[in-house]
Amino acid sequence: MGLLSKKDANLILDPLADNNPITIQVLGICSALAITAELKASVVMALSVLFVLSMGNVVISLLRNVIPSKIRIIVQLVVVAALVIIVDQVLKAFAYELSKTLSVFVGLIITNCIIMGRFEAFALGNTPGKAFLDGIGNALGYGIILVIVGFFRELLGSGTLFGFKVLGDPVTKTGLYSIGYENNGFMIIPPAALIVVGIIIWVQRSRNRELIEEA
Amino acid sequence: MKDKLHQLKLKYQGTKMAPAFNALHTFLYTPNETTHSGAHVRSADDLKRTMNTVIMALVPCLLFGMFNAGYQHYSAINGFPENFSLFEHFLTWENFLVGIPTILPLVIVSYGVGLAIEFLFAVIKGHEVEEGYLVTGMLVPLIIPVDTPLWMLAIAVAFGVVIGKEVFGGTGMNILNPALTIRAFLFFAYPTWMSGDKVWVHEAVERAGTADAISGETVLGSLAAGSEPTFSLADMFYGFIPGSVGETSTLLILLGALFLIFSKIASWRIMVSAVLGSLAMGLIFNGVVDAGWLPTYSKFYTLMSFPYWQHLLVGGLAFGIVFMATDPVTGSQTNKGKWIYGFLIGFLSVMIRVFNPGYPEGVFLAILLMNVFAPTIDHYVVRGNIKKRLKRLKTATIYPKSSDEVDSLKTETA
Repeated sequence: MGLLSKKDANLILDPLADNNPITIQVLGICSALAITAELKASVVMALSVLFVLSMGNVVISLLRNVIPSKIRIIVQLVVVAALVIIVDQVLKAFAYELSKTLSVFVGLIITNCIIMGRFEAFALGNTPGKAFLDGIGNALGYGIILVIVGFFRELLGSGTLFGFKVLGDPVTKTGLYSIGYENNGFMIIPPAALIVVGIIIWVQRSRNRELIEEA
Repeated sequence: MKDKLHQLKLKYQGTKMAPAFNALHTFLYTPNETTHSGAHVRSADDLKRTMNTVIMALVPCLLFGMFNAGYQHYSAINGFPENFSLFEHFLTWENFLVGIPTILPLVIVSYGVGLAIEFLFAVIKGHEVEEGYLVTGMLVPLIIPVDTPLWMLAIAVAFGVVIGKEVFGGTGMNILNPALTIRAFLFFAYPTWMSGDKVWVHEAVERAGTADAISGETVLGSLAAGSEPTFSLADMFYGFIPGSVGETSTLLILLGALFLIFSKIASWRIMVSAVLGSLAMGLIFNGVVDAGWLPTYSKFYTLMSFPYWQHLLVGGLAFGIVFMATDPVTGSQTNKGKWIYGFLIGFLSVMIRVFNPGYPEGVFLAILLMNVFAPTIDHYVVRGNIKKRLKRLKTATIYPKSSDEVDSLKTETA
């Protein structure tokens, strides 16, 4: 990380693991449960949040000295809404099928707690450059969990990855399916994501015991 | 043998594998050490004896399940005997020889995988192996269809033991009944193997689509499909019907229930109230049908007009009430709570049974749901009791107990 000072690098690296928005702060769970049945949807969702969060952080940071603190939430909402609409329109134009899979959850990025949380906690008190890095870091931390969850749910639930039949064809019984393997229907339904996220939290905290909260 | 084990225990004390060894040691014999400090109660039944008692109550169901697996298999192939005879058609070696090789592997996989995980966690975490899995391991093969693939069972058991129990801190800490967690996982993960008319009879899945195809629909299944069951009431009561391995025979479950109540292992309050609950819901449904509120073309008509008390004879209701709802860990602890908890289990089981569009059975879902609510029920029962006692304290006048005390009080105040 020759480009960035150690402090700036931490803005990106910290949210990836030890201060992950999903597994440590437990924010943004709703979308993590809803759209991770397919890896493709997870990746697109992660990219959308990356765009909205990094751009939004910069905009809020630029405006931080002119926003009256009494109405700051409304201003923040306007900024997120504008960015989310851009993402939504782009998806509808260039990836219509995918935007149908994601359905309302693109629009619901507006209510994603991670975004409002970073605006409040970071962008309102830091320079645009730092806010940008913070946005990238937190969005990546969010995205990494989405991709992990999406990977396991699609692999075990549908036997595919990005739509490719990596385990063989369940209809013509090739690959793993020829020896009696079957897709796990439980992984397709949203509660499975809750359990996968739970297992990630469990693994992470047993590797780094400092993360365990006191009861 | 006993002394040798005691010596071996001392030798392994403090080593990593000690918990695994101790588990086997105390399973076979009482330990040679006693508690030295604090107050303790001496009793003949520790957790292991409790578990063994439940297993003894389950053995008749398991043996019956083995005979029934063969009986259902052959009667699906040859047609049901018109004049059924217990010794000629049911208790035959042929039936048993079909039953043993299909059901014994289920038991072995269930115990093998489950205990392996229990031992693994005990060794990693350095605590003693807890006995909770002894009963779960026996319940699991009894509540699944005969031909459940072994690898599915292995995955489900691993899931149930790790997510249903170990993450909460092991035996005694779990919120949900582990056996039902395993059943629910199998149901949601592999629904085609858990419902329909192909899974309840041995070899029906392999024969599907061939000239030798056989099938056997459960009583509830045919009711949900809108047709009257072909089995007589006696068949339902004695258990000569298709269904999960050990759930069919209401008679043997009843014997197990009496045994558990007599040995004071399971709560009779939960069993009685659950039976009342299911009867109440059944009566409501029958009442709706009798009052003519439901058109005969409704898809719920056959299930709702099913005589209310017969719900107890079919499906897993009786088995669930006796062996699952009474789980002391996941059920309610207070006496009043047990009545509410049991009643709602029976009530909801029949309700889910009738209204579940995909699957005409609801016992395991009802019990899991009430498992979640059991602590809440207990909380309010305890709070209600505290309130009642406080009220009593307020209105009560406190007198000295004996005349001696009155005298001594007088001398003190004088």
